[in-house]
Amino acid sequence: MDSDILGQFLDALDRFVRERLIPHEEEVSETDQIPPALVEEIREMGLFGMSIPEAFGGLGLSMSEEVQAAFVLGRTSPAFRSLIGTNNGIGSQGIIIDGTPEQKQAYLPKLASGEMIASFALTEPDAGSDAGALRTSARRDGDHFVLNGTKRFITNAPRAGLFTVFARTEPGSRDAAGISAFLVEAGTPGLSLGPRDRKMGQKGAHTCDVMLKDCRVPVSAIIGGAARINQGFKTAMKVLDRGRLHISAICVGAAERLIRDSLTYAMERRQFGAPIADKQLVQAMLADSRTEAFAARCMIEETARRKDAGQDVSTDAACCKLYASEMVGRVADRAVQIHGGAGYIADYGIERFYRDVRLFRIYEGTSQIQQVVIARGMMRAARG
Amino acid sequence: MKVLVPVKRVVDHNVKIRVKADGSGVDLANVKMSMNPFDEIAIEEAVRLKEAGTADEVIAVSVGPAQAQDVLRTALAMGADRAILITVDGAVEPLAVAKLLKGVVATEEPGLVILGKQAIDDDCNQTGQMLSALLGWSQATFASEIVLAGGKAKVTREVDGGLQAIEVALPAIVTADLRLNEPRYASLPNIMKAKKKPLDSKTPEDFGVTVAPRLSVLRVEEPAARTAGIKVGSVAELLDKLKTEAGVI
Repeated sequence: MDSDILGQFLDALDRFVRERLIPHEEEVSETDQIPPALVEEIREMGLFGMSIPEAFGGLGLSMSEEVQAAFVLGRTSPAFRSLIGTNNGIGSQGIIIDGTPEQKQAYLPKLASGEMIASFALTEPDAGSDAGALRTSARRDGDHFVLNGTKRFITNAPRAGLFTVFARTEPGSRDAAGISAFLVEAGTPGLSLGPRDRKMGQKGAHTCDVMLKDCRVPVSAIIGGAARINQGFKTAMKVLDRGRLHISAICVGAAERLIRDSLTYAMERRQFGAPIADKQLVQAMLADSRTEAFAARCMIEETARRKDAGQDVSTDAACCKLYASEMVGRVADRAVQIHGGAGYIADYGIERFYRDVRLFRIYEGTSQIQQVVIARGMMRAARG
Repeated sequence: MKVLVPVKRVVDHNVKIRVKADGSGVDLANVKMSMNPFDEIAIEEAVRLKEAGTADEVIAVSVGPAQAQDVLRTALAMGADRAILITVDGAVEPLAVAKLLKGVVATEEPGLVILGKQAIDDDCNQTGQMLSALLGWSQATFASEIVLAGGKAKVTREVDGGLQAIEVALPAIVTADLRLNEPRYASLPNIMKAKKKPLDSKTPEDFGVTVAPRLSVLRVEEPAARTAGIKVGSVAELLDKLKTEAGVI
């Protein structure tokens, strides 16, 4: 994409976020639902297909372009990001990277347009950070596999048309090596959903359990087909770098929003006869937040640029996810502090962001898992 | 029928503008620019006419610097079929724009020209009217509704006393008011597609028009800052001050 078009694209997105999404934040939070007409507008804007190749009806953004878009999208409630997040990330990238031509043709155009929502069903009641320990079984039965198990906290499951279900195809195995990724459409007999999870924040973004009971799917439903039996975990790992950078950029967007709101408030709110922004202790909080958000932005832009250049950025993408998600937590905490009582009551939306951003340190790899990934990457590099 | 929509690149309406220190004009350095909001409404109306099957082609035209390409790209992303940029550097006045548009009308032969009623930078509100005079076409300004039928346009106009409905023969000039429609967002896929739509470049010489300004700007000043008000104790005191101090009664 040339720089003029990218600029126009980001301007259009910025305007859409400001004029259409931000004004609906409170309603979405109160009703725990994005109004259907607004979902349609989001669909028409093309937000579901940002990272899907143009050949399949998406926008085909590079990593650098996608993080620029995520910086903008992050400035509003993460619930909106969550709606389009799985189609752009974990729900589609596996198909893009490892899918067969038939799978790409069957699903990517629908995911790009938002006609179909994709969910990524990896986590289980007893397999979260240790995803390789998952128990959902896939028993071979001729040309089919029969899936049994339960998936937990599955984002967008209540509205999903397609699930990427990770299940153990090698019965005796206990680690990641015996796992395959299946594309299971909603409505497949044996697939059912639990009640919607009640969450701390991100109201309007929905998760629930996905239950599989004797759910029969053909061998051709494995991402990449029969050739990729037992390769599912590798597929999952491949989509993670992109996802980590995307989430990191969303964290920066949220931080920039909170900093802007805090600055506006601090320059207007008067105490001791002057705006509180004139007080050095308040200035310190603003300056620390600005510095940390800027640092995260730079890390992400640099890592995205190197990923586009074909370099291995696994360690650095984990650094970005760790730093950006922890950073936005601190920025949100300071935003509440700067707003004082106004930050604690719901009217200003600051406490809502404070709750919303808490999730960033947990999903798509907790901060602790990122630390492990970074340290292992360092040791691997040192050994050569 | 072709619909021609002239669009202008102006300072974005969200920008808080500043007057240059020497008073020679508004500071445009590093200021975000975008399409004049009334022109967006004009484009939207033209695209709706096309979607309804009333118009066959929507052509956006802009007179301005090379960067005015951006607003034409936005027009194309909103649904215009092609665009023409007449490159002019520096200030260009409504009469010069109207003369250039007359030249475009002569080659394109549209059945309808929809313009924004005014641009938010200079607020001239002249281009549409001047173009109408130059072409000898009917004009319907400040439109809040346009209905085309039988070679005529029924236009509802927003006037001081309320609404006025008039009928003009086509071809005609219509200028768009705020309530004509709510313009759509240029969607991201359409921004990508707009890249492939044709954008022709022209110069004022192509139309034999001289764009040298006829007016000179003497000085640009910020409006006087509002001073603090006072609280009065009673209605009687208010009336007294309005009579004696403000001198308005």
